[in-house]
Amino acid sequence: MFLLQVLYIFIPMLAAILVPFLYKSIKNIHTGWFVLAVPATLAIIYASYIAKVAKGEVFQAELPWIPSLDISVVSYLDGLSLLFSLLITGIGSLVVLYSIFYLDKHKEKLHNFYVYLLLFMTAMLGVVQSDHLITLYFFWELTSISSFLLIGYWYTRDASRFGALKSMMITVGGGLMMLGGFILLYLMGGTYSIRELIVMAPNLVEHPLFTWSLVLLLLGAFTKSAQFPFYIWLPDAMEAPTPVSAYLHSATMVKAGIYLVARFTPIFAVSELWVWLVTAVGLFTLFWGSFFAVKQTDLKGILAFSTVSQLGLIMSLLGAGAGAFHVNGAADSVFRFAAFAAMFHLINHATFKGSLFMIAGIIDHETGTRDIRKLGGLMSIMPLSFTVAAIGSFSMAGLPPFNGFLSKEMFLTAMLALKEFELYGFDTWGALFPIVAWIASIFTFIYSCYFVFRTFTGQYKPQQYAKIPHEAPIGMLISPMILAAFVVIIFFIPNLIGDTFVKPAVQAIQPFLYDAPGDIDIHVSAWHGLTPELFMTIGIVIIGVLLFVALPKWQGLYKLFPRSLTLNNAYDKIMQGLDVGLNRISRLYMTGSMRHYLLYMFSGIVAIVLGTLFVKDAFSISFEGAAPIRLYEIILIFVLVIGTATTIVAKSRLTAIIGLGSVGYTVALFFVIFNAPDLALTQLVIETISVALFLMAFYHLPKLGKREERMRFQLNRAIISIAVGVMVTLIALSAHSQKFIPSISKYYEETVYSLAGGGNIVNVILVDYRGFDTLFEITVLSIAGMAILAMIKLRMNRKEKAHENK
Amino acid sequence: MEIIMAFVIGFLFMAAVYLILSKSLLRIIIGTGLLSHGAHLLILTMGGLGGEAPPVLNEGAKTFADPLPQALILTAIVISFGVTAFFLVLAYRSYQELQTDDISLMRGSDEYE
Repeated sequence: MFLLQVLYIFIPMLAAILVPFLYKSIKNIHTGWFVLAVPATLAIIYASYIAKVAKGEVFQAELPWIPSLDISVVSYLDGLSLLFSLLITGIGSLVVLYSIFYLDKHKEKLHNFYVYLLLFMTAMLGVVQSDHLITLYFFWELTSISSFLLIGYWYTRDASRFGALKSMMITVGGGLMMLGGFILLYLMGGTYSIRELIVMAPNLVEHPLFTWSLVLLLLGAFTKSAQFPFYIWLPDAMEAPTPVSAYLHSATMVKAGIYLVARFTPIFAVSELWVWLVTAVGLFTLFWGSFFAVKQTDLKGILAFSTVSQLGLIMSLLGAGAGAFHVNGAADSVFRFAAFAAMFHLINHATFKGSLFMIAGIIDHETGTRDIRKLGGLMSIMPLSFTVAAIGSFSMAGLPPFNGFLSKEMFLTAMLALKEFELYGFDTWGALFPIVAWIASIFTFIYSCYFVFRTFTGQYKPQQYAKIPHEAPIGMLISPMILAAFVVIIFFIPNLIGDTFVKPAVQAIQPFLYDAPGDIDIHVSAWHGLTPELFMTIGIVIIGVLLFVALPKWQGLYKLFPRSLTLNNAYDKIMQGLDVGLNRISRLYMTGSMRHYLLYMFSGIVAIVLGTLFVKDAFSISFEGAAPIRLYEIILIFVLVIGTATTIVAKSRLTAIIGLGSVGYTVALFFVIFNAPDLALTQLVIETISVALFLMAFYHLPKLGKREERMRFQLNRAIISIAVGVMVTLIALSAHSQKFIPSISKYYEETVYSLAGGGNIVNVILVDYRGFDTLFEITVLSIAGMAILAMIKLRMNRKEKAHENK
Repeated sequence: MEIIMAFVIGFLFMAAVYLILSKSLLRIIIGTGLLSHGAHLLILTMGGLGGEAPPVLNEGAKTFADPLPQALILTAIVISFGVTAFFLVLAYRSYQELQTDDISLMRGSDEYE
C-alpha cells in the first residue's frame, strides 16, 4: 500500500513506454485517447486522499534507491503536495483531451509528443511529492529536460530550437544553483529529508552557510518560475504546441518554483533576506510582466507575460506569508491572508490561464494567425470561444463574479498589511508595496481587456485570415469550458475550495502557526464590506477602462523603450560574447605549434616546482656525505660541457650529432669512474648504435641537408631552458642534502651470494630481485623493433589514403 | 662531488630543453638524447657517488657503489634507446612523406575541425 504511493509517481513514465507501440500498431484511433487514461486515473486516485488530507493527515511512502548513501524516493503527501498533484493530473487530463483535437493524428509525430508529456508528468509529480532533497533535484531536472523536448517539439523550426535551448540554459542553470543550496542544507542539517529539516529549522539560522543556501535555492526557484530577470525564457517557450504552453507554462512547471518557495518557507522564513527577496522580486516581476504584456502583439506572448506577472503576484504573497513568522499573534493578524491568498490564487490562475491558452490555440487553429493586429470581430463567429475567453480574462483582471476577484482582494489585503509590517525596514519602504501592486493591477486590467476585445470585437475582415474562421469543434472546446466553469464556480463556493484544498496547503507552509487545517480561521466572502481593498479595485476598474480606451494614443510609448536595453538582448549578447570570447581565448593559446605547448608545459613545471620549493622553504645545500672531488672528474665535466655546448651552437646538424655522441661517451666514462662497469659497457654500445642511427637519419635528408642554418637565438626559449636547468639543479641539491633513510642496498650486498648465487649485484638485481622490470624492458625493445618495421614496410598508397578519408 | 654534478646535470637539462624548443625535428631528438643523459646521471648522483669498488663481490672491498641506481639506469638506458630509435625512424619517415623537418610547418590538417 505504501509503496504504491511512490509507484503512482512513476505510472506516467511507465505508460510512456507503451505509447510508441500503440502509435505504430493502432493507426485509426488518436494515441491521445489511450494517454488520457493515465492522468485521469491518477486524478481519481489523488482525489481519494482529499478528505483525509483536509483533516490534517499526511501520507508518506519510501522506496530506497541508494541505501548506502541514504538516497531514496520518498513520496510525502500533505496539503501542499496534494494540491499540486491534483493540479498536475487534473489539468493534465484536460490538456491531453484538448491535444487530441489540437494535434492532427496524420501530420504530427504523436508518439514523441505523448512520451515527452508523460515523462513531464512523472517529473512534476516527483517534484511536488519528494521529501528527499536529492530525488527532488532529480525530478526537477527531469522537468527541465522534458520541457526542453516539448518546446522543441517542432524541431524543424528555428524559433522552436532557440526557445528550447534558452529555457534549457536558464532553468538548468538555476537547477544547478538549487542543487548547491540543497547540498548546503544537507551539510547544515545532516539530513536529506525536508520534514526533518523543517523541525530543526530554528537551529539552522545561525549557521554560516544559511544565507548561501537561501540565495542558491531562491535562484533555482526564480529561474523555474520565470521571475525577474530570469523570465525571458518563458515568452520564447511559446513556440511549443499550445497544449504544452497551457500545461507547462501556465499551470504546472512554472509553478514548481512557487512550490519550492512554499515548501521551504518554514525553513527560511525566519530570515530577513528571504522575506525581502521573495516579496520584492515577486512584486517587481508582477509589475514588469503586466507592464510589458500590453506591448505584445502575439496572443501567446500576452499570455506569457501575464503568466510571468501572475507568478510574481503569487511569489510576493508567499513572501508576505513568510512575514507572518515574525508577527506576534500571526494567526489573528492580517498576514494570515497572505499564504492563503497565494494558494488560492495558484488554483485560480491554473484554471483561468489554462483556459485562455487553449482559447489562444483555438484561435490560431481556426484563423491561422495569432497576431492581435490582424485579429478582430470574431465574437459572432466564435461565440463559445468568446465566452470562455471573456470569463478567463475578467477573472484575470480581478472582476466579480469570477474567482480572480477574490484572490485579488486578498492580495491587496496582504500588500496593505505589509505597509504595517515594522521589522526589517519595511516601515520605510513598505508603503511602496501596495502602490506598486495597485499600478500592476491596473496594467493587468488593461492587458486582459486588450486580449479579449482586440481579438473578438472590432471590425471583421475575412481577407486577413489564412483560413475561413469558424467555431472550433466541440471536442476542442470541452477542456477550456470545464476550466471556465471552475472559474465561475469557485467564485460562488470559495470556502469549499478553501477548506478542502487551500487550508491544508497553508498549514504545510506555516506549520508553526496552526496545528490542524481546521484551525485556520479564514472565511472568504465576495462582499466583505467597504474596505480599502474594494475602493482600490474600483479605482483599478475606472483607471483601467480609461487607459484601455486611450490605448492607441499611448501604446507608442513602448516603442521608446530601446531594443538594446532589453533583457533578451542582454541574454543574446552574453551567449554570443561567451561563444566569441571563449573561441578567441582558445585560439590565443591553442596555436597548433608544438613549441608553444612545450613552452607552456616547461614554464608550468618550473612555476609549480620552484613555487613549492619557495613556499616550503626547501632550499638547502649540505656537503655532508658528499664524495671527494678528483681531477679525472673535473676533466670529464669539462669535456661534457663542451660537448653539450657544441650541440647548441653547432651550425650543422652533423656537428650537433657528433657533439651528442661525445656527450654519450663522456657519460660512459663517468660510469667507469663512478664504479658502474655494466652501465659503462651498455652506454658505450648503445651510444654507438644511436649515433649510427642519427647519422642514417641525417644522411637520408638529401635536400634538407644542404640548407644548414644555425638555430636562431630566442630569448623566451633561453629563459625557459635556463629556468628548467636551475630547477633541476636546485632539486638535486635539496634532495641530496636532505636524506632521511639509508639505502636498502645493504640487503642486496649481504644476500646476493647466499640467496641468489651471484657475484655481480647489478646483474642479479636485474634478473633475480627485480626481474619483472627486465621482462618488460625487453617488451619495450620488441615493440619498438616491430613498430619500426611496421613504419617502414606498411604504407598506404595515395589511392587508398584518399579512400580512407571518405 | 655530488654538488658539482648537480650543476652539470642542470646544464645538461638546460641544453636539452633549449634544443627541444627548436624547430628542427632532428635537433629535438638530439635534445631528448641529452635529456636522458641528464636523467641517468641524476639517478646515479642522487644514489650517492661514494663507494670504493664496483658492486661486484670478490673484490675484497669494504664499501660498494650503490647497485640499485645502476640497475635502474641500465633499464632506463635500454628503454630510452628503444624510444629514440623509434623516434628517429619516425622522423625519417616524416621527412619522406612531408618533405620537411620544420615542426612549425607541421600543424595537421584543417579537414577535421
